[in-house]
Amino acid sequence: MSAISETPAIGLTHGGSEDTGLGQRGPESKSIVVPYGFWLFVLSDMVLFSALFASYATLVYATDGGPTTNQLFDRNLVAIETIALLLSSFVCGLAVIMAKRKNMAWTQIWLLCTGLLGLVFIGIELFEFTKMIGEGAGPQRSAFLSAFFTLVGCHGAHVSAGLLWLGTMMAQIWAKGFRQDITRRLLCFSVFWHALDIIWVAIFTIVYLIGTLP
Amino acid sequence: MSEHEPDALNVAPGEPHDSMLSETVSYVVGLALALLLTGLSFWVASTGVLWGPGVATGLVVLAIAQMGIHLVFFLHITSGPDNTNNVLALAFGVLIVFLVMIGTIWIMAHMNANMMTDPALMNLQMQH
Repeated sequence: MSAISETPAIGLTHGGSEDTGLGQRGPESKSIVVPYGFWLFVLSDMVLFSALFASYATLVYATDGGPTTNQLFDRNLVAIETIALLLSSFVCGLAVIMAKRKNMAWTQIWLLCTGLLGLVFIGIELFEFTKMIGEGAGPQRSAFLSAFFTLVGCHGAHVSAGLLWLGTMMAQIWAKGFRQDITRRLLCFSVFWHALDIIWVAIFTIVYLIGTLP
Repeated sequence: MSEHEPDALNVAPGEPHDSMLSETVSYVVGLALALLLTGLSFWVASTGVLWGPGVATGLVVLAIAQMGIHLVFFLHITSGPDNTNNVLALAFGVLIVFLVMIGTIWIMAHMNANMMTDPALMNLQMQH
């Protein structure tokens, strides 16, 4: 390592050494680094949900004499919610494919479908929540219901935030076109949206289906 | 995204393939498999022909399978060398998720079983 007199090293670079690992090549382009950072965020979001799942599993039988899972949940509504969110995830992928080909009309159409299906999902969830609260099964009724509203409500809040983001993306693509930074944001949005569907798979299985087993 | 080269060392999660056909096929196959597994989950939960105590475990297995389908076909997480960073991050995330969930459920079940012998006291603690 007699390379002190050579060009100054930047970051991880070992000046003068042949075996530099990743240092010599420098960091990846933004189109890799940004979605990767967002992927790390999504994974930490899943860790957050795992804590909510754990508290739900711990408290599911702590009903305080109030309504139980079998009395509250309607499988037919959950089936519609599941299909809506799955199709939403699917058409979101189609939108990203079209955005890569810089096709404005189809990108906007698929993003609109994504949003409408997401709205169907949120609408059914809000209907279910208001119905439960109307029946006196609100979050303050029992520890089970607190855990339920925290877990499912947190997912619903994520979907609502995703819908806001989706509207923003549609406007940005419309106004600014398929610029490098805009398509990067759209890719991050699609990762977020697919991740929400993955979390929903766990929710409909653990909360709704296992909760309504005879 | 067009700056992405075919021989790149890394690929972003969710990044579409270069061929539109293979990309769309990937999504359609993913959707079909996810619908199949969802339908299977709802059928398993409703049918009476399966052994009752095993149904919950079966549902969890189906859910994990469906999550894998989503990761592979929608998020394009593969075993390829350009995906190593994504896979490693995912593996760490899955490790933490399982530690938190299984650890909590295990510990809390043992606390209920071993620490509170008086059922009345247990009601007091757990039912509110």
